[in-house]
Amino acid sequence: MDSTEKKRLQINACKARMGIIEGVYNAKSGHPGGSLSIADLLTYLYFEKMNVDAENPDMPDRDRLVLSKGHCAPALYSVLALKGFFPQKELKKLRHIGALLQGHPCIHINGVDMSSGSLGQGISAACGMALAAKLDSKSYKVYAVLGDGEIEEGQVWEAAMFAAHKNLDNLIAIVDNNGLQIDGPITEVCSPEPITDKFEAFGWHVITMDAHDFDSIEKAFEEAESIKDKPVAIIEKSVKGKGVSFMENQVSWHGTAPNEQQYEQAMSELSAQLKELEG
Amino acid sequence: MSDVIKKATRESYGEALRDLAEKYPDLIVLDADLAAATKTSIFQKAYPDRFFDCGIAEANMMGVAAGLAASGKIPFASTFAMFAAGRAYEIVRNSIGYPGLNVKIGATHAGISVGEDGATHQCNEDIALMRTIPGMTVINPADDVEARAAVEAAILHKGPVYLRFGRLAAPVFNDKDTYKFELGKGITLKEGNDITIIATGLMVSEAVAAAEMLKEDGINAGVINIHTIKPLDKELICKAAENSGILMTVEEHSVIGGLGSAVAEAVTECYPVPVIKIGINDEFGHSGPAVELLKEFGLCRDNIADQVRKALK
Repeated sequence: MDSTEKKRLQINACKARMGIIEGVYNAKSGHPGGSLSIADLLTYLYFEKMNVDAENPDMPDRDRLVLSKGHCAPALYSVLALKGFFPQKELKKLRHIGALLQGHPCIHINGVDMSSGSLGQGISAACGMALAAKLDSKSYKVYAVLGDGEIEEGQVWEAAMFAAHKNLDNLIAIVDNNGLQIDGPITEVCSPEPITDKFEAFGWHVITMDAHDFDSIEKAFEEAESIKDKPVAIIEKSVKGKGVSFMENQVSWHGTAPNEQQYEQAMSELSAQLKELEG
Repeated sequence: MSDVIKKATRESYGEALRDLAEKYPDLIVLDADLAAATKTSIFQKAYPDRFFDCGIAEANMMGVAAGLAASGKIPFASTFAMFAAGRAYEIVRNSIGYPGLNVKIGATHAGISVGEDGATHQCNEDIALMRTIPGMTVINPADDVEARAAVEAAILHKGPVYLRFGRLAAPVFNDKDTYKFELGKGITLKEGNDITIIATGLMVSEAVAAAEMLKEDGINAGVINIHTIKPLDKELICKAAENSGILMTVEEHSVIGGLGSAVAEAVTECYPVPVIKIGINDEFGHSGPAVELLKEFGLCRDNIADQVRKALK
């Protein structure tokens, strides 16, 4: 990836993070930690990888993304707004009565391919979409984004078995491995580790990447595209709360909105990052 | 009715899927390792490329169906009622119901007439569970003719549909040449103004037989077949309440939350009359031959007639 390209993505990811903070702050609730950890991933997918069109959100041959870890909707909404699927100002109304943007992704929102939020379910829907592509001999890809805590749900492994058995090589599941869930570190709550070994045992091709390095992200997705006859799991090593100093690696920021002072601080940190990137 | 043809509605389901496959190319069938029992194997044999066995993983199957529907397919997700409505309830609610996806759930082996398998497999709660999901259509066909028609009606209806089929062979009483299925419309099988018996599924033919028996007592009982429990034909039911002043519901399902509850909910708003509910009375079933179980739990013509006599005394 050339440096101009990388900078463009970094700038968009930073803007996406600002949108996340804006949304969660105005909602006075929501999930900033896990949203910030997938901001780079979603920016890469929507700005670099996916065939989507904000003017034609239901385009039949589009690539699809199911945010199986649906509580991180602020990240998805923020990136979709940047892509022009709906106005940026909607982010400020997130979770409000009568608002377009629901607390968890809703299929009726432009750009959202599947309702999600009850953990473990999105990956099954993604399997169905990938199967439909195979049936119709279409080349679109389906991305499912899961949390590392989410994979404690049994349905994920039902889906993992299904995807491998049906050779869904058009399905790429990304596990956001930030290591933290509501009750604490995943290794202390009810550990899903070793994640890589589990997916491999279920017949998936597994790739590990640095969730906050676009070169690493690009490399992982290039490898994923070369895999035939089996689904791909990308384990992205991420930092929960990435980009906002006081939220990083803090389990307490899983599902808490910043107060006014924290909001100002977060936005000023992100503005500084943006200014530096934009030079 | 002893000399009429009998056929399990699960079999009608499997045959209907096969027979409609050509007409509806988007129709896809999923099962969870029960194809031989749900009879989707009939479809599988004819259209192996459009059949997907998801293994013993009902939660995932419902999610896969959701994804297929979101991509333009018309998936029929099939398993026993216990696992479709029970085990997979939350996936049906959140992955199918909430997004309003065009998934058809073909639930077989509903009710006590599962028989020997016993309480773990006798689902008497599925109608209650499914009808609380916003936008979910709930259909419980009474015989082969109605079941086949219901499958096509479900295909033509855009949105989630729960179809309830039985394991036990049921008398075929509808005439395939004249029968017309209208989603959400009840069918008056017999007029009568002393009481109206409102039945669904396997209990419809028993209700008709009971009404015949009651003639000898000088009781003129009406019979309505409610194949669509949601949306409910409130107009017909309220008219019956007005006409007969007392209603009886009969269903192979718990008296809590099923047809009886739906009917009672409707008449309390339009024309409050007593509603006597025959069904499973808040208890689990147990093993035994289906026909004997139906008798034991009062889901038979004799008990229906007895309860009517008692009510009108």
